[in-house]
Amino acid sequence: MRGEHELMGVHEGLGRYRALIPVAVLVALLAVPALPLRLPGLFDGPLNSPGNLQLLAVGFALGIAALSYNLLFGYTGVLSFGHALFFGAGVYLPTIALRKWRWDLGPALAFTLLAGVLLALAVGALALRTKGVYFAMVTLAFAQAGAVLVGKDPGGLTGGEEGLSLPTRPLPRWMVGVVNTDNLYWLTLAVLIAVYLLALRLITSPAGHVWQGIRENEGRVELLGLRPYLFKLLAFVISGALATVAGIVYLFLLSGANPRAVSADFTVTLLLMVIIGGSGSLWGPVAGALLYHYLNVRLTVWAGTPAVAGLPAILGQPLRDPLFIFGIVFILLVLFFPRGLAGAFAGRRLRPLARALGGTVPAREPRPRGEI
Amino acid sequence: MSTFILIALTGLALAAMYFLLAAGLSLIFGLMDVLNFAHGAFFTWGAYAAWWTIGQVSPGARGSTGGFLLALLVAPLVGAALAAAVEVGLLRRLYARPIYQVLVTLGVGLALSQLTSVIWRPDARPFPQPAWLAATSTVLGARVPNNRFLLIGAAVVVLAGMLLFLRKTRYGLVVRAGAENREMVQALGIDVDRAFTVVFALGGALAGLGGLFGAAYFGAIDPHLGSVNLIFAFIVVVIGGLGSIGGSALAAVIIGLAQQFGNYYTTWAGDFVVVLLLAVVLLVRPRGLLGAKH
Repeated sequence: MRGEHELMGVHEGLGRYRALIPVAVLVALLAVPALPLRLPGLFDGPLNSPGNLQLLAVGFALGIAALSYNLLFGYTGVLSFGHALFFGAGVYLPTIALRKWRWDLGPALAFTLLAGVLLALAVGALALRTKGVYFAMVTLAFAQAGAVLVGKDPGGLTGGEEGLSLPTRPLPRWMVGVVNTDNLYWLTLAVLIAVYLLALRLITSPAGHVWQGIRENEGRVELLGLRPYLFKLLAFVISGALATVAGIVYLFLLSGANPRAVSADFTVTLLLMVIIGGSGSLWGPVAGALLYHYLNVRLTVWAGTPAVAGLPAILGQPLRDPLFIFGIVFILLVLFFPRGLAGAFAGRRLRPLARALGGTVPAREPRPRGEI
Repeated sequence: MSTFILIALTGLALAAMYFLLAAGLSLIFGLMDVLNFAHGAFFTWGAYAAWWTIGQVSPGARGSTGGFLLALLVAPLVGAALAAAVEVGLLRRLYARPIYQVLVTLGVGLALSQLTSVIWRPDARPFPQPAWLAATSTVLGARVPNNRFLLIGAAVVVLAGMLLFLRKTRYGLVVRAGAENREMVQALGIDVDRAFTVVFALGGALAGLGGLFGAAYFGAIDPHLGSVNLIFAFIVVVIGGLGSIGGSALAAVIIGLAQQFGNYYTTWAGDFVVVLLLAVVLLVRPRGLLGAKH
């Protein structure tokens, strides 16, 4: 990494302890359910209330999805608009298996994972025959087919626009009910950590290096005698399977499947999380997802406060429409902070912190420019 | 037989709407290599501009002919103005970073579509059209709403106009040459930047016009009108071949008819057939029906 020694010298103090930072973050996150901390304005009630734990845990679940998306977008340079398909599979398939086919939890989850992998393999094998914009449009079309299928409710399987609630009968007792929100919080956090470590292992593996090579210059990878198609397909399948995992934990948190999870809008949301967090690191998209979800929930809460209700409609109305604000934020980020949070941390002062959190710090702009 | 005619004409009208969106997308991509995700928002704004105009001219559930004719002018103008503003204000800064251009159009699409919801609330609103447009005509026993014919006619006029523009005008020449080799055109002293703005505005105008006709076709407008149709327009562009106007027209007809006939049998088969067609075309001919090799 460029300038490592110089940086080590400048930040000797922090650098020595930097391995401790992820541990500290981890301990803090694990301890949240035991902390009756009050942060007025930021969170309603104590931090460890079921509502706040749910807010954070859903953020983690979205973080897993964003992280999986970034393996494809940030590390392989492939811009897909079909990621919601795999997340949606993780949300819908267990619900259908448990509710409609009355399966047990184990087989239902095994089936979902297998289906997620096969779906990603089929879509990827086909869509990766195209490149760039074509690929983006083709994946969008496939995801749309999934969204249409879910929305039209074939055979009463998906519940259409209404969605489908998850039956509690086949679930272990420790996962059911508001009192057990802390268990779900830990479960989601554990899955997030596992996925994070797996992704870290992947991007430092030989295949991961090829992915980043494809991102930088696909033609050169081909000249080296490697087949980019196969490596991109591998990234697509792994990324899709991890999105399915994210969908499963998301389902447990929301206790039901909603058609929004398969919509094209959801993929755009993931892209937004990745851009907020920064596509050049592993932790960036997770932080981006947490921030996105937090703002999405809180903006509507803030819009209801008397202070905002007193504002003229031209200021108050957009607050009630978070998507409008996110659209504007999206534009501003792309124009002025294309490296997102991770990029800001990669600035001189914060770079050791960023590195400690395990990301590969983008030395320059992240460049998913092989595609498009 | 009358059912067959009705489905076929409805399918062609749908095809015409897709074509109005796809033609602009394809043109913009052909010249500028930009996948424009904001195109659906231009469509939505065209629909809202038309609805607003008609409402101003003739309040009430039935629009007047005068209001509709005025909307025919306002909708493409709004689309063109928005598109030109986006191109000059945002895209121009990002020509060195293609993927960020796509992302910016995505953000613009999101914000602009959502802005209609901020201003006019998210609920769907009925679209007031003049009585003669909503009335039906009988063709071989099938009772077909007149707005279907108008939509098909408009698309045919646009197709002819665009082919003439591209083949017979100096600007069309610049656009076609720019699509082939941008640097060379620039080296010849031609202002490619201006051609970009013109093409983008033209695409926006077509999308705005599509929004007006789309609103008449569906009989109602809502903030997601554009984004829903944009996906099918993308499919049309891919099947037709990026950059080929004729290809877009051909693909739009295939998709519109396939979708309508599919939907006649089950509620969801139509959309599925469309994606299936896309998959087949990708397997057999990845560059699209009439797309150039690249």
